[in-house]
Amino acid sequence: MMTDLSSALMICLPELILAVGAMLVLMLGAFGGERSTGAATMFSGAALIAGAFAAALGPHGTLFAGAFHMDQLAAYSKVAIYVASAFAVVMGYGWMNRSNERKFEYPVLILLATLGMSMMVSAGDLISLYISIELQSLALYILAAFQRDDARASEAGLKYFVLGALSSGILLYGISLVYGFAGSMGFTQIAHAIAAGGANHGVVFGLVFLICGVAFKASAAPFHMWTPDVYEGAPTPVVAFVAAAPKLAAMVLFVRTLSMGFFGAHEQWAQVLLVIAVISFVVGAFGGLMQRDVKRLLAYSSIANIGYALLGIAAGTQLGVQAMLVFMVLYMIDVTGFFACLLALARNGRPITQISDLSGLKGSKPGIALAITALSLSVLGMPPFSGFWAKFYVFKSAFDAGLWQIAIAGLVASVVAAFYYLRMIKIMWFDASPAPVDGSPSEARWIAFACALFSFPVVLIALHFLDQSAGLAAASLGLH
Amino acid sequence: MNAFLLQYLPIVIFFAIATVLGLGFMIAAAVMAPSAPDAEKNSAYECGFNAFDDARMKFDVRFYLVSILFIIFDLEVAFLFPWAVSLFGMPHDKMVYAFVSMMVFLGVLTVGFIYEWKKGALEWE
Repeated sequence: MMTDLSSALMICLPELILAVGAMLVLMLGAFGGERSTGAATMFSGAALIAGAFAAALGPHGTLFAGAFHMDQLAAYSKVAIYVASAFAVVMGYGWMNRSNERKFEYPVLILLATLGMSMMVSAGDLISLYISIELQSLALYILAAFQRDDARASEAGLKYFVLGALSSGILLYGISLVYGFAGSMGFTQIAHAIAAGGANHGVVFGLVFLICGVAFKASAAPFHMWTPDVYEGAPTPVVAFVAAAPKLAAMVLFVRTLSMGFFGAHEQWAQVLLVIAVISFVVGAFGGLMQRDVKRLLAYSSIANIGYALLGIAAGTQLGVQAMLVFMVLYMIDVTGFFACLLALARNGRPITQISDLSGLKGSKPGIALAITALSLSVLGMPPFSGFWAKFYVFKSAFDAGLWQIAIAGLVASVVAAFYYLRMIKIMWFDASPAPVDGSPSEARWIAFACALFSFPVVLIALHFLDQSAGLAAASLGLH
Repeated sequence: MNAFLLQYLPIVIFFAIATVLGLGFMIAAAVMAPSAPDAEKNSAYECGFNAFDDARMKFDVRFYLVSILFIIFDLEVAFLFPWAVSLFGMPHDKMVYAFVSMMVFLGVLTVGFIYEWKKGALEWE
């Protein structure tokens, strides 16, 4: 029994590090007060890095009667999520120092949200799925409303909370239907039930609700309503966090649930995912055209990109999952860089949020202008930037799975979306600057430069390695 | 319907009876009760006086805080009680496991409690 338990604890060591770390940081903050924010940040960053190492090197296995899977897929996603969260902790600390809102709760909440995400990518039954989503969401609601005296941040937090609670309700309804008709919560048992009795209407009905609930958390259209408002209102480092890691977690959750639990109903869920994917990239492409606020623009961009990632899942093949994993990680790097650029820009002490405020950036901040240009070209899918490779993989897997109409629609949508990235580049390089911008904080600048450099040329070297580990991760699901 | 779903039949029957009874009394009250309203009967009534002000007023956000904290610790008891009852009916290894699990849960709860105490959430002034 004891050896069982200790080997089980080794398998979920990354989660243990995060959970114990979060509680220790909370105690540190409770006794040290706001002075301990720096120490809390350092400690949280260290816990995240230690968790990433534990996830990469630790043993694999299935725990708690199938409720928790630690395999290549989980390890790959956990490393990506932890690193993205560590960046969010660093960016948040600089931002809190500048806006004189030093709160040790920020790193604690990031750690708790990361713990939720890390359980999401490992969830092996519907209960652990629900609990992990809630743990992640609750921490994110609070983070969105982190600036308590800012009306827009409070609005963002409240909207996020109300719509998130609605989606949790939808999710639970779907879960209860699936449990009722399949007779079990575990993915393996559900898969057996579907294999034995076929995908009856009850299971499919519940599954559709389940997909809607998770799509809500991943901000896929038509469940994207909260995204632009939350991105606009919430503090920039929080948005940098919300836009990157939770999306990967939700996508991996999708893949694991659908292919481990419901692969027998692949025809049914693939249809639903394709509809969601098409609506997402159409809404993302056309909705972004009208935006004046950079953060809202990036919200629509993220909706469109979730659509492309869903294509890879809908293909239902190992190559599709691999493409989705590569796509999401490259996208996370791009979007983190984007928000780091936004953090680095301010005029007269006020952060720059409007696209028109970016005009003439090449004169005052050539480095940041270059970084935004590289990241924009990457997200719009220009070769040889990382976004091109990401989209190339996803569309290729969609073509291979015979979804060529959908893939062409996606290509058209990404051409439409190219307009707003190109407009941003044009405003930065060819328009006149209205006033000088402030000096940029070093940590945001370095993160921005690192992400821009990754999007080109580092990606050319890293892609091979990334592709290989994503391939191993996708293989652990046992698809074809 | 399969045998698994039939297990839930009593709940369906209970739900149906509850719905019929609940709706029946409400409809009966609306249809059969005598109704002769006048201005005095319809006016707001507060301890024999006319109402002083609107019933909806602002009150301190600390009430919410206290009620939320109350819910947490109330649910903790609701969770502890079935655990305490069933703990000693288990085989020994499972009992150790259940005991340690609950202690971990209480530990997490204690960390939260220390946090709220140090933040001053329990002080009224």
